[in-house]
Amino acid sequence: MKSIGDHLNFHASALQLRSRRNDILASNIANAATPNFKARDLNYDQQIRKIDGSGPLTATDNKHFKVAVENPHQTLFYRQPLNPSLDGNTVELSVEQLEFSENSIRYQTSLEFLNNRIAGLMSAIRGE
Amino acid sequence: MAEIKNVFDISGRAMAAQLVRLNTIASNLANAGTLASSEKEAYRSLKPVFETKYADEMNRNGMSTAQAVDIVESNRMPEKLYLPDHPSSDENGFVYSAAVNIEEEYVEMMEASRQYQNNVEVITTLRTLMMRTISMGK
Repeated sequence: MKSIGDHLNFHASALQLRSRRNDILASNIANAATPNFKARDLNYDQQIRKIDGSGPLTATDNKHFKVAVENPHQTLFYRQPLNPSLDGNTVELSVEQLEFSENSIRYQTSLEFLNNRIAGLMSAIRGE
Repeated sequence: MAEIKNVFDISGRAMAAQLVRLNTIASNLANAGTLASSEKEAYRSLKPVFETKYADEMNRNGMSTAQAVDIVESNRMPEKLYLPDHPSSDENGFVYSAAVNIEEEYVEMMEASRQYQNNVEVITTLRTLMMRTISMGK
């Protein structure tokens, strides 16, 4: 039997990851004027697969574990600048702003999914 | 300095750093064109030194912010002008004009104010997201 926790778990994890990525992008924007700062980012796809329990290995049986390859060094990666600057700073405001707005929209989407699931549960509980 | 815990620390401190930068630009522009009687006394433009401050758990949460750690005088030399009638001219009739390039300061001012605005924007966006998260399920 699936618990209520399982019902909400995936979107809750997605929300957490999106929030973490927002913090990292905010750090990049905060350091837009710091010489030699290297912009970082979070590999969202890889992280969400790890939480979802699915990895690049195919499971052909129910008893197989779906292994997600865990490499802590790949969690955060450095951004490759399109136009390298003289002061060694790799923050490109246009890129960061774009990623930030995309990430906040996706955060809102996850939030909306969660809200819908909670609303579904509530109507099931009330039996209306 | 205290630990960097959330986005308010990140953007708030970066805004403070940009404000230091704007303050130095204001000082530079205010002193542009001032004349002194020796090269030593002449005003030299001030520049803040920015540094990245990483959170203690940087490897886990990836948080960092900017901080103005120092303010240094630029190494641009004051301009030597021959103005024998000027009250502060030296015995040879020279005065020394402040070493401030107005165009450069203007460009820097634009950049600093844009980056300040960016940080405000980040806080506003994330604050809205937080408020929506608080009212989740209602």
